[in-house]
Amino acid sequence: MTRQKRSHHKLKRAVAPYLYLSPSLLIIGLLMLLPMVTVIAYSFQNSAVLRRDPSFAGLKHYQAIFDDPVFWASLWHTLYFTCMSVIFHMTIGMIFALMLNSDRINPTLRNILRVLYILPWLFTAVIIAVIWRLLLEPNGVVNSILMQIGIIGSKVEWFSSPQTALHAVTFANIWAGYPLFMVSLLAGLQGIPKDFYEAADIDGAKAYQKLIFITIPQLMPIIISISLLDFIWTMQVFPLIWITTGGGPIYATEVLSTYTYKLAFSSYNLSQASASAVVILLISLGLTLFYIRYQKAR
Amino acid sequence: MTFRIKPAMLKIAAAAWLLGATGALADTTLEFTQWWEPELPAGSLRSIMDEFEAANPGIKVTLVSGPYATTRDQISVGAATGTLSDVVGLDGAWVNNLNAQNALADMNPMMDASKFDKGQVADIIKVDGKAVMFPVASFVYPVFVNLDLAAKAGVTKLPSTRAEFLDAAKKMTDANKNQYGWVLPLSLQSPGGVQNDLMSWVWASGQSMMADGKPALEGKPVVDMLSFVKSLNDAGTISPGIATKTEQEKVEEFVNDRAGMMIDSLAHVNLIRKRNPKLNFDLIPVPVVENYTGKRGLPYASWGIGISAASKHQEEAWKLVQYLMSEKVNAKLVSLANAFPGNVNAKPDFVTSDKAFGKAFEIFKTGYLTNEFTGLPVAEDLMTQFDVQAQKMLAGEQTPEQAAAAAQKGWMAKF
Repeated sequence: MTRQKRSHHKLKRAVAPYLYLSPSLLIIGLLMLLPMVTVIAYSFQNSAVLRRDPSFAGLKHYQAIFDDPVFWASLWHTLYFTCMSVIFHMTIGMIFALMLNSDRINPTLRNILRVLYILPWLFTAVIIAVIWRLLLEPNGVVNSILMQIGIIGSKVEWFSSPQTALHAVTFANIWAGYPLFMVSLLAGLQGIPKDFYEAADIDGAKAYQKLIFITIPQLMPIIISISLLDFIWTMQVFPLIWITTGGGPIYATEVLSTYTYKLAFSSYNLSQASASAVVILLISLGLTLFYIRYQKAR
Repeated sequence: MTFRIKPAMLKIAAAAWLLGATGALADTTLEFTQWWEPELPAGSLRSIMDEFEAANPGIKVTLVSGPYATTRDQISVGAATGTLSDVVGLDGAWVNNLNAQNALADMNPMMDASKFDKGQVADIIKVDGKAVMFPVASFVYPVFVNLDLAAKAGVTKLPSTRAEFLDAAKKMTDANKNQYGWVLPLSLQSPGGVQNDLMSWVWASGQSMMADGKPALEGKPVVDMLSFVKSLNDAGTISPGIATKTEQEKVEEFVNDRAGMMIDSLAHVNLIRKRNPKLNFDLIPVPVVENYTGKRGLPYASWGIGISAASKHQEEAWKLVQYLMSEKVNAKLVSLANAFPGNVNAKPDFVTSDKAFGKAFEIFKTGYLTNEFTGLPVAEDLMTQFDVQAQKMLAGEQTPEQAAAAAQKGWMAKF
């Protein structure tokens, strides 16, 4: 083989993997990178989208949203909504998973519970929002029951009162999201070797000790992975909040997604909306990098 | 392998191309983007377009139809990219932004050139002196009253003034039965309640929320309206859940005897009858301030029409606009839509065949159409800002004066 032929062959070998990858790279570029880069570009333009010749705005739009107290309120509401949702998704998911994995419950009842517990996962966000709007409306079932058993004295406007609205939407989101944890943890529980529990029984360990020293450590990789994913997904929740409260009353349930939406489609300030979207992107990116590092470390 | 194309085949192909090309040259195709077609009986708008095409040989109309929100976004993007359809369906709340983008043609020269009778149209929406929109069909917002509920509550005379309305609302309210005098939807998801259910009180008394083209929210009319709404709320006459209530929920409460009165679109009459055929209701104009005897402003939402500034077929587009605004065609279109006409001479057929519509038509004839949000910049954003301040007031966080002042400050930033 001549030197020329050899170098040609080398080049072909070097290029081949990229050629194989090129269709997926092209799709990722068109569907993910291009829109992302476009939104980032819009955030640095005046009258983005609305003008054919938008001028360069520098960091003006970022400055505007950072000066807006509603943005900071939205950020705080997003963090509260997300943290509470993830904590309760995990806690409820764990309790239900342990219940469904327990031999002490009758198998028939366990199968019925398995179906019931997974139900919220089958509904779309719009259906969940409608269900909870009906249940929590001032003349709804929840108020009626709570008044009958004497927990509340008068009708509570769960979604319409600034004092309760954020807790109410968070509650609805917790209800909607725990099955992910439950199913993942149940799969994890079924994979823990029985020998560990038998050894613990021989050592005279109590139920809570087995939970703390065997079950939770064995499930930890799943708990961390799912928690990180849930954190990223919950941060971006939009339809549930939009349909139940529209970000109100006043700004009580305004989160970053509704704040951005209003900037874009109510104020038609697409430049500022892009800046807000870039902030969400950066927060999500930080969490995603954390998740990837964790996965690599494993 | 070689291909041999016979001369005869070439001739046929050339002739076909020529026919197609001349056909294309002969026909002007207008694109008409609107959200009306899905809201009208199937095929009815297309049928009107077919009649237009028959009356105007050489002009074809392609309908680009979609839901309201999609059409709004499509038009915004089209205006920015210069790809707006030749004729566009418009909401009054959009025209200011579109005009700022120079996307809408001024119809004044077209009207002058064709000697169009301006007196025949109910309204011409102007921005910076440019005639940019005609309301083709108007959906007015009178007060719906549940007559059975009113009779049971001892309301013998339907309210005509704000004081009478407050009195009737108090009488109709029985919180133990989940029954309230009035229902007010102020959801931030769709802040249209600000124009339909709040500002309508101002306009009904011939008043205004503007002065010299600028917001005047701190003026007496708006502050009085807010004080009045607060008094209704303080008296417990408004159905709870105001801050998240939507227009659909408002109608549901009225239909199910949970609200005695509501301000609502006439377009919902058939829906209300379908949802509760036994409901006995009547329509009245929005009550006015004490001692007001002038003409009453009637809030409305409209299907507007305009022409793209970038259209290469403005002459043909104007023909279509004229056609839709003409007496007979307009009457036909609004009869299908259960709306009131954009042509003052047009009389929709439902006003003679239906008592409720007939009553509403009387209200329409004796008052005047008004919606001051039409033509304002970022109208939906202005409503959202006012909505937030009204919610704060109703939550007891501020007085009507403070709410008006805060809204005024927010609005001024947009002008």
